[in-house]
Amino acid sequence: MSEAMTNTFSQAPVTPISLRRRITDKVMTGAAVLTVLIVLAPLVAIFAYVVYRGIGAINWAFLTQTPKPVGEAGGGMANAIVGSALILGIASIVGVPFGIGAGIYLAEFGRNRFGSAIRFTADVLNGVPSIVIGIVAWSILVRERGFSALAGGLALAIMMVPTISRTTEEMLLLVPQALREAAYGLGVPRWRTTLSIVLRTATSGVITGIMLAFARIAGETAPLLFTALGNSFWNLHYNQPTAALPLQIYVYANSPYDDWHRQAWAGSLVLIVLIVSSVAAVRYVVRRGSFGTA
Amino acid sequence: MANPAFPRPDMPGPQPVAAAKVNADAVQSTPLLQSSGGEATDRIFRSAITACGLAVLGVLALIVYELVTSSRLSWHAFGLKFFVGSDWDPVSEQFGALPFVYGTLVSSLVALVIAVPLSIGVAVFTTEMCPKSLRGPLSFFVELLAAIPSVIYGLWAMFVLVPLLSGYVQPFLAKTLGWTGLFEGPPYGIGMLAAGIILSIMIIPIISSISREVLTVVPQHQREGVLALGATRWEMIRVGVLRNARAGIVGGIILGLGRALGETIAVTMVIGNRPEIAKSLFAPGYTMASVLANEFSEATGDVYLSALVEIGLALFLVTIIVNALAQLLVWTVTRGQPARANV
Repeated sequence: MSEAMTNTFSQAPVTPISLRRRITDKVMTGAAVLTVLIVLAPLVAIFAYVVYRGIGAINWAFLTQTPKPVGEAGGGMANAIVGSALILGIASIVGVPFGIGAGIYLAEFGRNRFGSAIRFTADVLNGVPSIVIGIVAWSILVRERGFSALAGGLALAIMMVPTISRTTEEMLLLVPQALREAAYGLGVPRWRTTLSIVLRTATSGVITGIMLAFARIAGETAPLLFTALGNSFWNLHYNQPTAALPLQIYVYANSPYDDWHRQAWAGSLVLIVLIVSSVAAVRYVVRRGSFGTA
Repeated sequence: MANPAFPRPDMPGPQPVAAAKVNADAVQSTPLLQSSGGEATDRIFRSAITACGLAVLGVLALIVYELVTSSRLSWHAFGLKFFVGSDWDPVSEQFGALPFVYGTLVSSLVALVIAVPLSIGVAVFTTEMCPKSLRGPLSFFVELLAAIPSVIYGLWAMFVLVPLLSGYVQPFLAKTLGWTGLFEGPPYGIGMLAAGIILSIMIIPIISSISREVLTVVPQHQREGVLALGATRWEMIRVGVLRNARAGIVGGIILGLGRALGETIAVTMVIGNRPEIAKSLFAPGYTMASVLANEFSEATGDVYLSALVEIGLALFLVTIIVNALAQLLVWTVTRGQPARANV
C-alpha cells in the first residue's frame, strides 16, 4: 500500500490508478452496500412478520379480556397491558427524578473528579445485564416480601437512571453559559437558575432522554421474571404479582398451544407499536426542539 | 416530573425526601429579584442534587453488595471449582457452571464473528459513501433494530429463523463446512448457531452506531491528505479513516460483546437450554443468563439459589470489566461523550 502511494507521488500526478486498485475500490464499495442490505433485511423481516401475524391475531377480546385457562381458546392480555402500565409507571416515578437529578449534578456541579466517577459509573451501569438487575431487585424486595409490581418497577427504574442522567447532562451542557450569567446578574439564586432557566431551556432534550429510557425498559422481560412474576388475573396493587406484556409474550411463545402463539404475536404487535411510537415521538421532539442535535 | 409522592420504603438513603423538597420549591412562585434566603435554599438544592449523583454510585455498590452476600453460601461450598466443574445437579446439590460459561462465550463469539464486519461495513457506508440525504434515515433504521424488544427477537427466531436454519442453512453448512467439526450433527435449528445469529442482529446497532460516531470525529484533513496523495476512496477509508478510528471501533466491538454476554431472553428461547459442552455449533447449549431466566424463580434450597446468584455475580463482573474497558477506549477517541446505542 505505502509503496503504491509513494509511487504515485514520485511519478507525475496524472499517472492512471492501476486496474487492481480500481477494482479493489469498487469491490469494497460493493461490499459496504451489501452489508447495509444484509443488516436491513432482518429489520424488515421482523417488522413485516410481526405486523402480518399480529394483525391477523389481534381482536377485541385480546384487548379486553384476561387469559383463559390452559388449553382453552380465546381470552386476551388486557391485564398484562394494564400491568405493564403499572410497572412502567412505578419505574418512571422512581427513575425519572433520580436520573434528572444526577444529570443536573453532572452538568452543573460535576466538572471534577467526583463527577467523572459518577459519569463513568453511569456508563458502566448501562451495560449491566438486565437479568442481574432482576436478581438484585429480587434480593432486596422479593426474598422477604414476595413477588410484586414494585420490585419489577424498581428493577426497571435502576435501568432508566443511567440513560436519563447522561442525556440530561448532555442537554444541559448545550444551554449557553450566557443564559446562566444573565440570571445570576439579575440576582436569581443558583437553584432557581438551574431549574427554571437551564432545565427549562433544555426540556425537549431531557424529554428525549426520558423517552429513550422508557422505550428501552418497556420491552424488558428478563428483570421481570422473578420480580413481577406475572399473573393470570387483574391486579392493580403495587405489592402483588403483576402480569406484564413482555412476560406474557415470553410465556405464551414457549407454550405448545397454537392459540397462545397467536396471542404472543398480537402482544408483540402491541408492544412494538408502543415502542416505535415512543421512538418516533423522540425524533419528532428532537426535530422541533431548540436543542435537537442529540 | 414533579412528583414528590414516591413510594419510600424501597429506596436507599435520604434522597427521596431531598428530591421532593426541591420539587416543592420549584413550584413555589418567588419573585425573581428577591434573593433573600437564596443561599440556604441553594445549599439544600445542591445537596439534593449531589444526593442524586451519589445514588448512581450507591446503586452500583448495592448491586455488588447484594450479589456478594447472596452468593456467599455457594462460594464457600464450591470455591473456584464452581467454574471448572460441569455437573449441574440441583437434586444432589452439585453445581458446576462450566457449561454455562462455555455457552455464553461461544454464543457471543459467534455473534461477534457475524456482527463485526457487517457493523463496520454499515458505519463506513453511512459516513463515507452514501449521499448526505440518506445518512439520517439509514442510521435511524439501523438503530430501530436496537429498539425491538428482546422477547420479540426471540419469538421471531423461534418461528422464522430456526425453521430456516434447520431446513436450508444447516444442511448446506454441514455439506460444505462439515469437515471442520463446527457444523455437524442433526440440524435441529435450535442451538448455539441460532443463538449466535440472533445475538449478532441484536448487537449490530451498538457496534455500528459507535463506529459511526468514531468515524465522524476523524478530522476531515486526514481524508483530504490521503486523497491528495492519489489514493482511491477505499484506500482513503482504510488508511485515513479506519486506522485513525481503530481504538474507538474496538471499543464499540467490546461494548457489543458486553451486550451479547448478558443478553437473556432471545437466547433462552433458541439455544436449546441443555448444559452440555459440544464442539458443533448445531448442538444445543446453555448460557449463564439463560440458566438464571429458567431456574431462578423455581429454585428451591439455599445452596441452589446461592449458586444461581453466583452465576449472576460472575456475569456482572465480566460485563463490568468488559464495559469499563470499552468506555475507556471510546472515551479516548470521542473525549468524554458517552458511548450509546441509540439517539
